Amino acid sequence: MQKFFFGSTLALLLIAFSSGLVLAQEPTPSDDEVNAIAKQLYCPVCENTPLDVCPTEACRQWRELIRQQLNDGWTEDQIKQYFVENYGARVLAEPPRQGLNWLVYLLPPLIILTGAYILLRSMREWTSPKSIPTDSDGKGATTPKPKDEYVNRLEEELKKRK
Amino acid sequence: MFAEFGYGILVLSFVVAIYSVIASAIGVRNRSASLIESARRAMLLTFPLITISAASLIYLLVNNHFEVTFVYEVTSQSMPTYLKITAWWGGQAGSLVFWSWLMAAFASAVTLRKWERDFEFLPWVIVVSSVTLAFFLGLVVFFENPFLRFWENPAGQLLTDAAGQPITSVFAPLNGTIPFLPADGQGLNPLLRHPGMIIHPPMLYLGFVSFVIPYAFAIAALVTGRTDDRWIRLTRRWTLWAWLFLSFGLVLGGRWAYDVLGWGGYWGWDPVEIAAFMPWLTGTAFLHSVMIQEKRGLLKHWNMILVILTYALVIFGTFLTRSGVLSSVHAFAQSAIGPLFFAFIGLTFITSIALLIWRWPELRGETEMKSMLSREALFLFNNLLFMSILVVCFWGVIFPLISELFTGQKVTVGPPFYERATSPLFAALMFLMGVAPLSAWGHSTIQTLGRALWKSALAALIVTAILLAIYTQNAIALIAFFLIAFVLFVTLQEFWRATRARQKTQNENFFTALARLTGRNRRRYGGYIIHISMMLMAIGILGIELFQKETQGTLSQGEGLNLSGYTITYRELASWDDEGEGVNYTRAVVDVYENGVYLGELNPRIDFYFDSQQNMTIPGQRSTFKDDLYILLVNWQPVSSIGATFKIYVNPLVNWLWIGSLLFLLGVIVAAWPDKDLESEPARVPKGSRQTSAAD
Repeated sequence: MQKFFFGSTLALLLIAFSSGLVLAQEPTPSDDEVNAIAKQLYCPVCENTPLDVCPTEACRQWRELIRQQLNDGWTEDQIKQYFVENYGARVLAEPPRQGLNWLVYLLPPLIILTGAYILLRSMREWTSPKSIPTDSDGKGATTPKPKDEYVNRLEEELKKRK
Repeated sequence: MFAEFGYGILVLSFVVAIYSVIASAIGVRNRSASLIESARRAMLLTFPLITISAASLIYLLVNNHFEVTFVYEVTSQSMPTYLKITAWWGGQAGSLVFWSWLMAAFASAVTLRKWERDFEFLPWVIVVSSVTLAFFLGLVVFFENPFLRFWENPAGQLLTDAAGQPITSVFAPLNGTIPFLPADGQGLNPLLRHPGMIIHPPMLYLGFVSFVIPYAFAIAALVTGRTDDRWIRLTRRWTLWAWLFLSFGLVLGGRWAYDVLGWGGYWGWDPVEIAAFMPWLTGTAFLHSVMIQEKRGLLKHWNMILVILTYALVIFGTFLTRSGVLSSVHAFAQSAIGPLFFAFIGLTFITSIALLIWRWPELRGETEMKSMLSREALFLFNNLLFMSILVVCFWGVIFPLISELFTGQKVTVGPPFYERATSPLFAALMFLMGVAPLSAWGHSTIQTLGRALWKSALAALIVTAILLAIYTQNAIALIAFFLIAFVLFVTLQEFWRATRARQKTQNENFFTALARLTGRNRRRYGGYIIHISMMLMAIGILGIELFQKETQGTLSQGEGLNLSGYTITYRELASWDDEGEGVNYTRAVVDVYENGVYLGELNPRIDFYFDSQQNMTIPGQRSTFKDDLYILLVNWQPVSSIGATFKIYVNPLVNWLWIGSLLFLLGVIVAAWPDKDLESEPARVPKGSRQTSAAD
């Protein structure tokens, strides 16, 4: 355990010194700025763990790397790009929108819309006027069942909106 | 001795399960009641057999028999006895035995019921349960055997193969070899030593296994051609209990993640979490849509599809958690049983669908749907939404595998994807939850619905306006709070109206009336309690998802960190070994102030487990109805000049998630509590008649 933290301190100090920083109580950039970017990245070695909360030593060092990159004036996108180039697209929380990856974004809405279409069409079939006495001229006609008239009108409206 | 014995009994129970399948099938073919009875008894026998085998395994676990590889992998000398017992399901092989044991228990319970009226179902219920049981027992007997042992030669050296891996087997691989006893085991993964993790897997498994029973009845109904509602009425209670266990398993998993994983959240859209969530989605859709079949005789095909899907997803969920196909924080185990699982899911699914297609014409609806606003129509929309969420989840879990397979590129499908895709669907579900209880079976119109709903909608609008003024300007949050308030008002109004009516007619006081009302129509009012609990949980989820704040900083002693009105100051830190437990504790003391007022101290800590060489980050938590203060000790320096690094989260409203889940438990128990005359429910409204009241 001691060794573990000794190692991490050493790594931290090395990084700090190599970038010409003196380790201060409130490092610049702050932990929060680092975490804001690390939050959007996934640990490249342990699966499904966001980088900002990953407790491994490797991730601690990656967070320090982000701190150094921020200090060197890199933008958020540049840092993300660096991680993607070095560790693959899996470090991103979502697949980048390109090539085969479009499938992940397009297929679910397509299936859901198809499902909705099928459901609405079947419902319209089920509720089609054959089971409800139709009144071709609803207006002005004194029907004994005002609710059914309303339903008919609603159905017609819905049909128009097809 | 116990290893050979346990394994022998396990093999025997596998053979008995296979026998029960064959005897049952032949019994039906030859119309032999005695053969079917024999199959039933064989089914009953599997439970005591697996119990004996499991008892041997527990004996080995508790008594430090580290020569048994499973015992070596999941226990160590320093673990307390209760953890050694629960280590039974803490590893791959043991958890499959556990699954089989629960399956045998449920199958036995169902074969013990009175079958006089439904005798034709019995053989097929036995076949389906026994096939499922035999599959899991087969996995244990042939691939994931928990009774394998290490061996040493007469010179006292561990037997290894050419690659240097230890040779493991139940029986002595060579003459003269004796079991090799390592000095200590590796110990259970510390993440699994938490009370939440001890109860969470059994709950999930109970949910999984009990969903097999409605599926077995559905298949029995398809095979025998008795395709009326009988199978649904028989399994209604099972389904509710299954749903209760599964839901509670999910909540416990969330609580465990919140307390132990140290990332300030309860749900990370991890593939294995989703694996347990998917059968819950189809199960919930099923719970709603069976009501349409019971009341209106519609959707018979759809209910079959839902129960078949649920079964397939239960096996798929176990496959994802147990095969290691998706490595994630949950997938502690890796194994080679994936292809078998895949084949089993494929075979059962294709067979079920083939049966369904065969019986398709007999499952026609008995009436027609009359209105798009009737309760049955709204339930269908509810089903569409649940299925849509399922599509998103399924595709999100599967896509990384497809990407890796076709392009070799590993990708992560994480929370942003799921949150974006599912939040409008959840919002729509909430809207339906508000409208559907007030729509009538058979027929509703905008006017009748509007009359029933306007008061609740107005009240919800007022609440939203107040929240806008004093709490948040976030549009998404306001929409969500409006929906939550709407559902709560509608549901409470339902209770209120019915209770008042009962009070007047029965001359009871309010609470008696409320209790009797709920007792008389448990499913309806239990369901409403569940709706209310879901809204409380939604409040918690919204709070943490939309308003969570966090900050991190390194403090020296006496220094403080501010977040959302809270100030925490670092007082001191101590580190010590507990040799008995095999843990090193590092515990910080921080003082907590809110707007300058001292609230007390919190103790975030890091536990380091010697046997497994793993850390656990235990947060210091202060929980109120308003928010949770959640402090993590991230790092510290032995030399106190630098101090310690803390990460603080303020999680608004999250407590309502846990409060809601307790109320949820109550709601399901109310809904599922046994009635005397449940199976002889009055027949549904006759064909063609119309109900205009919502009150049934």
